[in-house]
Amino acid sequence: MSSQTAALDAPLRIGSHEFSSRLLVGTGKYPSLEIMQAAHEASGTDLVTVAIRRIHIDDPSGKTLLDYIDRAKYKILPNTAGCTTAKDAILTAQLAREALGTDLIKLEVIGDMETLYPDTAETIVAAKELVRDGFTVLPYIIDDPTACKRLEDAGCAAVMPLAAPIGSGLGVCNPYSISIIKERSGVPVIVDAGVGTASDAAIAMELGVDGVLMNTGIATARDPVAMARAMGLAVEAGRLAFLAGRMAKRLYASASSPMTGLIGTPRG
Amino acid sequence: MIATVNGEPRELREGSTVADLLRDLALEGSGIAVAVNERVVRNAVLKEHTLRDGDVVEVIRAVAGG
Repeated sequence: MSSQTAALDAPLRIGSHEFSSRLLVGTGKYPSLEIMQAAHEASGTDLVTVAIRRIHIDDPSGKTLLDYIDRAKYKILPNTAGCTTAKDAILTAQLAREALGTDLIKLEVIGDMETLYPDTAETIVAAKELVRDGFTVLPYIIDDPTACKRLEDAGCAAVMPLAAPIGSGLGVCNPYSISIIKERSGVPVIVDAGVGTASDAAIAMELGVDGVLMNTGIATARDPVAMARAMGLAVEAGRLAFLAGRMAKRLYASASSPMTGLIGTPRG
Repeated sequence: MIATVNGEPRELREGSTVADLLRDLALEGSGIAVAVNERVVRNAVLKEHTLRDGDVVEVIRAVAGG
């Protein structure tokens, strides 16, 4: 961003962490780790998500995911994806902190395996405990203003309402809820999940949210690296459009060119 | 004695520490964390934490995800 409006934009702050990009990118589902690495670079992100899993003790050798993430360039946001109870999510978060040396945690407690909608009650229980334990908590949550407020009250550093179900690529299904969440939130709002293409990311940012987190939309594009660049541009474009303040919508036309001095009309 | 390591029963020498187990598994290095009986064992004290018969050990690392 280079214009005066863009210059007014502050970096994204989550807890004590600061990010130059408003795009958060996942590490799953890429055709290869080399393509993932190139996509991260093309997206301009400085915060990437990872999952936490048991090591296959039969075959622990070989390069690992972390060999493809330059930690001088990217901060890591571990998640608790797949957990279905607060108890498992809390232990997973604590293991992630020990393994990766970060207090950041994307809290995800799944309530239904088909929709991957979060379990709001368990998410709030886990959030309270993790905040107490010193984590910077970013909870994935339904696009529900009340749930987001409860999580903010629990001490979460941000809230991450979904745009649409994880991996669905449906885009922002309920822009009204997202707008209300943003209007009422005292912490950053990151739209997480469901973004399918660049226009979806721009729409989310035009609603005034503070950032967008995506994985499948980039990783499963025909060309993930090109899509990563598109998403980076879209997030920046959407942010700039929000800051610029869009024109009012109107029902009828309003000509952009003068209506006087047209040829073939009586002298006026 | 027998401990459960990542869901599998495993025979361990009496007096084995978590650090001994990781060495046997060729899992030394960074980016790893261990829980014993649902409590994290800090990486700084892996050599001091002695395992007992029936312990449930989880060894994790970061993997690709969103």
